[in-house]
Amino acid sequence: MEEILRIENIEKYYGSRSSLTKALDLVSFSVDKGEFVAIMGASGSGKTTLLNCISTIDKVTSGHIFIGGEDITKLKGNDLNRFRREELGFIFQDFNLLDTMTAYENIALALSIKGVGVAGIDSKIKETANSLGIEEVLNKYPYQMSGGQKQRVAAARAIITEPKLVLADEPTGALDSRSSKMLLESFKFMNESIPATILMVTHDAFTASYAKRVIFIKDGKIFNEIIRADKSRKEFFNEILDVISLLGGDASDAL
Amino acid sequence: MLFKLALKNIKKSVKDYSIYFFTLVIGVIIFYIFNALDTQTAMLDVSNSTREIMVLMSTFLAGVSVFVAIVLGALIIYASNFLIKRRKKEFGVYLTLGMSKRRMSTILLTETLIIGIISMIVGLVLGIILSQFMSVAVANMFEADMSRFTFVFSAKAAVKTIIFFGIMYVIVMIFNTIAVGRCKLIDLLYAEKKNEQLKVRNPILCLTLFIISCVVLGRAYYLVTVELGADFFSRTDLIKVIIMGSVSTFFIFWSVSGSILYIVTRMKGYYFKKLNSFTLRQFSSKANTMVMSMTVVCLMLFLTIVLLGTAISLTRSMNKNIKDFLPKDIQIVSKVNISEKDVKTVLSENGFDMSKLKDVAGYNIYDSEGLTMGEVMGEYIQSTLNMYTFVSEDTEEQIMSLSEYNEFAKTFGNEQLAIEDDQYAIVCSLDSVVRARNEALATGRTINYRGFELKPAYSECQIGEIQLSTNKINEGVIIVPDHVVEGAKIIENSIVADYVADTPEEINEIELYVKDFIESKFQREDVPFDDWYLFYTTKEVSKSASIGIGAIATFVSLYVGVIFLIASAAILSLKELSESADNIERFAVLRRIGTDEKMIEAALFKQVGMFFFFPMLFAIIHSFFGLKASSKILEIFISDGMGLSIFVTAVIIVGIYGGYFIITYITSKRIIKG
Repeated sequence: MEEILRIENIEKYYGSRSSLTKALDLVSFSVDKGEFVAIMGASGSGKTTLLNCISTIDKVTSGHIFIGGEDITKLKGNDLNRFRREELGFIFQDFNLLDTMTAYENIALALSIKGVGVAGIDSKIKETANSLGIEEVLNKYPYQMSGGQKQRVAAARAIITEPKLVLADEPTGALDSRSSKMLLESFKFMNESIPATILMVTHDAFTASYAKRVIFIKDGKIFNEIIRADKSRKEFFNEILDVISLLGGDASDAL
Repeated sequence: MLFKLALKNIKKSVKDYSIYFFTLVIGVIIFYIFNALDTQTAMLDVSNSTREIMVLMSTFLAGVSVFVAIVLGALIIYASNFLIKRRKKEFGVYLTLGMSKRRMSTILLTETLIIGIISMIVGLVLGIILSQFMSVAVANMFEADMSRFTFVFSAKAAVKTIIFFGIMYVIVMIFNTIAVGRCKLIDLLYAEKKNEQLKVRNPILCLTLFIISCVVLGRAYYLVTVELGADFFSRTDLIKVIIMGSVSTFFIFWSVSGSILYIVTRMKGYYFKKLNSFTLRQFSSKANTMVMSMTVVCLMLFLTIVLLGTAISLTRSMNKNIKDFLPKDIQIVSKVNISEKDVKTVLSENGFDMSKLKDVAGYNIYDSEGLTMGEVMGEYIQSTLNMYTFVSEDTEEQIMSLSEYNEFAKTFGNEQLAIEDDQYAIVCSLDSVVRARNEALATGRTINYRGFELKPAYSECQIGEIQLSTNKINEGVIIVPDHVVEGAKIIENSIVADYVADTPEEINEIELYVKDFIESKFQREDVPFDDWYLFYTTKEVSKSASIGIGAIATFVSLYVGVIFLIASAAILSLKELSESADNIERFAVLRRIGTDEKMIEAALFKQVGMFFFFPMLFAIIHSFFGLKASSKILEIFISDGMGLSIFVTAVIIVGIYGGYFIITYITSKRIIKG
């Protein structure tokens, strides 16, 4: 299987010499093409820092991150922007849709800034929207949509450029359970039929249970890793809960 | 402690304050410079008549200052309100921390005070420096001697500036205190949460309104440029045209801002290119709320352009006219129909010293014997009647004989005429009368004077003056062959002459002698004006009056124009920056999805540029017609094209307006960088 993401011994420190916080402490793992990986951990475990480093929003203190064979810790300035635009797709907890633009335009923007010509845009957007079940909101503005619809529009925006890797940061964080479920079904669909490689950060066990693999992080280190394989989602969910209880004191927080 | 907090606040919100500060400083500079003008001019070495004009100018500018103060005051209050709105969240935090509203007001007061004092000092220092250049400009304009440079500081103007801006700051403080007092914590903390309502306007309604507005605007343009008469100002037409222009401008902005999205979204190739869709959405989401301010700004810019353009060409024409129209030092006229004596007889009978005058020439005006302008011009008089109220169909023509005219023309610098025994010619200078008379002449219209049938010798008027004046004032003199006037009554006799003098002092001496002689003997106040029969004009008097009109017009319009320009640019800047809070979030999203910094900057530039560009575009179109109208109204003064004045106006406007645009762009760039 082709390797999309490889993380080698990354460290991230915050603060000064006198009061040093290790947000990430020698983390290494890799993600193959077509995988759907969830990273779980309590608040302050370092999972968001990890995602920020992968998404080039933040810089690592040491170590290397390879995406599609390219070492992104070596990129600078506009190369970073280009890389983010060309190779990554983003889904954020608070959607990050532009409030002045319709769903259609929000999705189209991802293609526009990549310099894709207008020719194929329309059919591509319609096709993607159709597969995510948002074709009826395409001409609506974010304030006219439900949270779940907004997040699926964001998902459409993330995958329309066919990125190597889709990064999702607490995608269900602002959604009710029904919307969460619909969104996660969409993720599953994206992962299986396109197929999109998805790396998702969450602290919700139900959300994580949709992934094929879950990596647990505690205090900046990888704590455990479980693979779904042929288990049913229900079994996998219980397995995740078991690990969370192992994680210790802040288990209730993790739920 | 509070002082420290206030100082830190200012430092922290330097990007918000920069436009406010810039506006205050320019306000102080302008206010000081124009109020210091009388002190600056007092230093200049000028003649008495020029001095009088300068005093008049200062009085005028002092009056205009009141108006300027009101505009500036409104602007400062508007700007400080904007700053308060921007900082709602910050105040909310203070309140949650348990700070009392009174202490918050004190902080705000201290901030206003610090900003006020700094801007006052900077403004005054710059104002004092720049006013030295103003002295040079004034000296230049009044052709005064500037060989020795004196540094002038006007304490009066400085005190006036400090008092005015002091009052302004106190008012701002009161407004701020009221604003803080009315704050509710919940509103302050959630100030950023806004209800997004995107109104998309009905495209058919927009198109209809757009077309109607264009037609109304076209009609207004037509009224001011074609149907315009000199008595235009006295009629309600002007108000009607102003209302037509303003309302249609508003609706054009309204319909364009409401439908631009509708149109451009259909140009898919353009719309979905780079950040175009984003920029356009940004524009139209704000355009809805900005229609009113864009209209106000557009009209202010229009006024500025017309004021500056007209004033500058007026001044230039005035200066040029002095050379063109004042070929002799003095002209004296005797109303022979009252005195029954010509000028020379009157003068010598009263003991006038003729040795003071040389190169004397003159002419007689003969009785028209009922020949009126209506008869000479026929139906072509109509346009002239619309233009000038002092002309009617019954206005009697002035008649001069050919040989006397040619003799006079030699000394006065007019062209020699050649006409046959059965012909006539017309000498005229007033442009619109020349045009009307030319139409009549072109038809070969014959006139009947004292029983002689006369045909036109030329198909056009001969351009020329018969009086000393800095303006074109000759509405027409009929030149007829000598034999025609034999035995006709002379109603007016006039002489022109030069002084026997070489130095300005000698000229001044003769000037005073003539003035004293004529005014004490022939223009006594106990004699009714209708019985006066000896009049005089001199080059010196015309010159200073003319320069005076030009200077007053220039300074007043420069003063008002620059203030308008600052006000309109500042309104646009503040409006644009007040959106920056929303913009931070939007541009952050763009960055997160991987947009190039260059692309973001270009989008921001376009966005800011559009708001500055649209009002300016319409202001320029309005001004094109406005300047046309103004040059028509002021036709008797403006002899020159408007080319250079438009250039100078453009430089001033690009300097100030462009400065605001760049500051706004840089500031919002800094804001969206977070």
